[in-house]
Formats: sequence, structure tokens, C-alpha cells
Amino acid sequence: MKTEEFIGKVKSGEVDIVEYIHKVIEECKKINDEYHYFNKISEELALKQAENIKKNPKGKLAGLPVSIKDCICVKGVETRAGSAILNGYKPEFNATAIEKIIKEGAIIIGKTSQDEFGFGSFSTNMGKGFQKPLNPFDKERCCGGSSGGCGGIVQKASFPHISLGESTGGSIVNPASFCGVYGLCPTYGRVSRYGLIDYGNSLDKIGPMAKDIKDIALMQKIISGFDKNESTSLNSPVDDYSAYIRKDVKGMKVGIIDFGIGESIDEPVRNKTLETIDKLNAKGVKAEKVSLPFSKKYGIPVYFLIAASEASTNLAKYCGMRYGASSELNGSSFNEYFTKVRSEYLGDEAKRRIILGTFARMAGQRDAYYIKAAQIRTKVIEEYKRLFKTYDALISPAINILPPKFDEIDKLSLLQAYTIDALTVSPNLAGLPHLSIPTGMVNKLPSGVMLTGDHLQEGKLIQLAAALRKE
Amino acid sequence: MEVTREMIAHVAGLARLNLTHEEIEKFTPQLKEVIEAFSQLAAENTTGVKPSFHPIELKNALREDSVKECISQEQALRNAKHKKDGYFKGPKAV
Repeated sequence: MKTEEFIGKVKSGEVDIVEYIHKVIEECKKINDEYHYFNKISEELALKQAENIKKNPKGKLAGLPVSIKDCICVKGVETRAGSAILNGYKPEFNATAIEKIIKEGAIIIGKTSQDEFGFGSFSTNMGKGFQKPLNPFDKERCCGGSSGGCGGIVQKASFPHISLGESTGGSIVNPASFCGVYGLCPTYGRVSRYGLIDYGNSLDKIGPMAKDIKDIALMQKIISGFDKNESTSLNSPVDDYSAYIRKDVKGMKVGIIDFGIGESIDEPVRNKTLETIDKLNAKGVKAEKVSLPFSKKYGIPVYFLIAASEASTNLAKYCGMRYGASSELNGSSFNEYFTKVRSEYLGDEAKRRIILGTFARMAGQRDAYYIKAAQIRTKVIEEYKRLFKTYDALISPAINILPPKFDEIDKLSLLQAYTIDALTVSPNLAGLPHLSIPTGMVNKLPSGVMLTGDHLQEGKLIQLAAALRKE
Repeated sequence: MEVTREMIAHVAGLARLNLTHEEIEKFTPQLKEVIEAFSQLAAENTTGVKPSFHPIELKNALREDSVKECISQEQALRNAKHKKDGYFKGPKAV
């Protein structure tokens, strides 16, 4: 059943929403036992919300089951961003995006699994005690990351469903691509970060993941908008994204990122990208090759230095005192106590990124690493902005490979694992909207392409994606 | 700067992390490879380039400094294990 039809049936009473949500929770539990897509299934909240919707079936999302990446705060539901250092933390408030969807009648079914604090591209850098999500098409392979649980449950759920993911360096488009669903990472500041557990403040964005581009458009409109509680939130009008679904794409111009179809891209992924470009051509879209030299050469170091620097300061607040994991006070000093809790509960990748970020900001290193990266970030932003004077969108794969096996991931060095994000870090550094579009199966595995647009041009990406769907 | 075990342990300590022997042995070569690769940034001339600390230029967001309702003391303490008389209880300061 399509989302629109389902919401209509909830409103008309044709679907008994309480009964329906009972079934949804049972299905989620069953899927979770096998695939580990949830850190927490919020059964109690979901059933309470369903009772309310039954009495008062209103809102643009009336009765729709929505899953939430673990890093987004949901009042009263354990929220850990995939980290043991937040064990037991139940927020006293909802993130703004959560407030907005609840107001529209959404039913929150659970918090999805992710790399700890978003530190990963495969959902394998799990916090201590968390299980990694398994790819919905092959349990020996990963879901992508870091919003891996979102991608998995969106693909696997038999019920109408949208998930809210989060991206810092590609964490929405990557798992969307590896799980064969749509994922939109909006413009930086378009969706309020209030109530989002920080990874990198200048990079984090909340965005929707779904099986249908119509659902992406619906959800993106609901969660967008200015928020007085969030200082980086953009105060500009919100587009009616659904209106772009029916718009003709004839005459639009798309730039093909040259290294996105180059030698480093696995053949099946490259072929699917070229096929997509052909389909756009057939619809009257003009496509030509473009280059992004700064993004290609420096995207990875600039992203990881900035993201780790910001993460290392953001994670300084986890000291075992006010919320989350704690230890016995036992007469230990401040430093001994904080060090004990942090060393015990943070996972390997969180520790590595804290060390990398602390190093990059240290006296004597700051100019060579952190400031230098921020300067080159300016050049990355400028080269994109230049291209958007000519092009409506840029196209490339989101990732250069199909979903890898866990034992293949284990063999990667740390640097190789970071390099997997080569195509996704730059739009994130520049705060540009980017959308992953499923392009069908290759060798029984899902593939996807990524469209990147200018700031606040999410609508154009949805327009192009919808045109491909009609094919 | 050369990336050594001592340097990794020192930087971790600055961030209030006490690494085990195994962690130091594991992280040092990993971070050495990453930091050495990232040192390539030095080759790019950025004289006069303004650093970007955000992807979009932002203006200061200020509000009136007026009293507003916020979460209660009880709510603020609800997630803490160590508390006393309506306060967080922390480790010894002196």
C-alpha cells in the first residue's frame, strides 16, 4: 500500500490504526532479531500514539510508522546515537524534527542502529554492546553507514514507512544506495538540528529515507523550516517539494562528475550511472562532463580533519555525570573520573576520531591541519557554486562499490575505509543537498546514483528523480 | 610531527582518554597512516583564503535576554545517577 493511500485509510477509519501498529511492532521485532535495524523499538510510545490517532485521525502523516536514527532525540525513548556512553539516556524533550512529525500524526516505531555517533561508512563501527545491521539483500554484507538501520528497515518493512536519517559526510546517501532506497540529505540548516546529538556541528543534517520519491518530498517539507532554538537554521521559505514530482525535466542541465565515472569506480556501479544518464538524456536532459579538482584531491582529508575536530570537542561533554553511562565516584578526582568513564564506554572509532580531532586542533598543529582544511573547504564550496551557475544538478554514484561483505571491510586499513566516502564528503562540506536514487539490482545487490544540487534546490533533485521513476 | 605511541597516548590523555596497551598498539599505525596522508594539505597554497567554518554564511542569531520557562530541576536531574539535594554530584574537585 502506498503511503498516501494508507494515510487516507487511517483518516477514513478503514485501517484500524491500533491493530495495525501492533502488527507493525511485531514485524519490526521479527526483522530486528534477524537483521539488527533497531537499537530500541519504541512499542509503548507507538501504541500510545496509535490510540491518539484512532481518536483523532489528523495530519499529513496520520498513522504513518516512522523510524528514527538513534542520534535524534525522542522524548522518553532511550536515545544513544549508537554509543554505550549514552546507555540509559532518555531525553526530556523532542528534537524539532520529531515535534514536527508528531504534530502531523506520525507514529514513532523505534530508534535505528548506526555507527557510533555516525563515525563510519558501513555501520560496522558499532558502539560497545551494539549489533551491526545486516544488508537486507545479503546478510554477509553491510547496510552502509552511518544511517544503516534506517536503510535496512526502509527496504525490509512490508508496511508504509519513512525513516529519518542523519548525514555528516554521506551517512544518508551511502546506506540508501547500499539498501536500494531513496535518501535525501538536505541543505545544511534546512532542517533544524535542535535535539540532534552532534557529530560535527557544521556538517550534520537530518533527512528522510524512503522507498518512494513521493514520500521523500512529503517528509522533507514537514521537517524543513526555521527554528528559533537552532542558531544555524535557515530562515528562508520552504518549497512545496511534492509539486516537483510532476514537473517536466526537458531542458534541464546535469553535470557528470568526471571522477564519478572514472577508473576508481567499480564497473557495475559505473554502468548503472551511465545508464541513468542515458535515461535522463532520453527525457530531454542535457548532460556533460564536469570536474571538481579540489573535491577530488582534498575532499577526504579536509572532511575528516574538520569532522574529527568538531567531533572531538562535541564528545568532550560525555563525562559520566549528568546523563548516560557513569561509574562509582569512589573518591576519584575530576580527571580520573571522566577518564575512567570515557575510556570504558567509548568505542574504538570514537576514540580514534577524538585523537585525530584533538591532534588537528592542538597548539602547533592547528594551522597546518584544522585551519588549512577550513581554507580548502572554501575552495571546495567555490568550485561547486561555480558549476551551479550552469547546471541544475551534478550526477555521480554515491559510492564506488556495491555493498561489501563484512570480511572485506575488516581487511581495509583505516585510511582505505575513510576513502570510501570520496564521492559524498564534498557535498557535505559544501552543505549542498544530495539525493540517492535506487537504480535497480546488479548481481543480486542494490545500486544507486547520487544527484547533488545547489543550496536549497532539493526540489530539482526530486524532479529529476521522479522523471527517472516514470521510466 | 612524527606519529609515535607516546604522541598518541599524550593526545588521548589531553582528551581524557586512557588507552590500554592494546589500543595504543592498534591505533598508532592506523592514525600514523591517516595523519601522514592528510599532511598533503600543506602542499596547497592557501595564502589569503578565508577559512569556512560553516558551509553557508551565517549571521549571529541573537534573541532577547528575557526569562523563559525551561525544563525543571527534577527533569534536569532525571538522567543522572549521582545527585544530592537537587544538584548533580560530581567527583572531588579539591
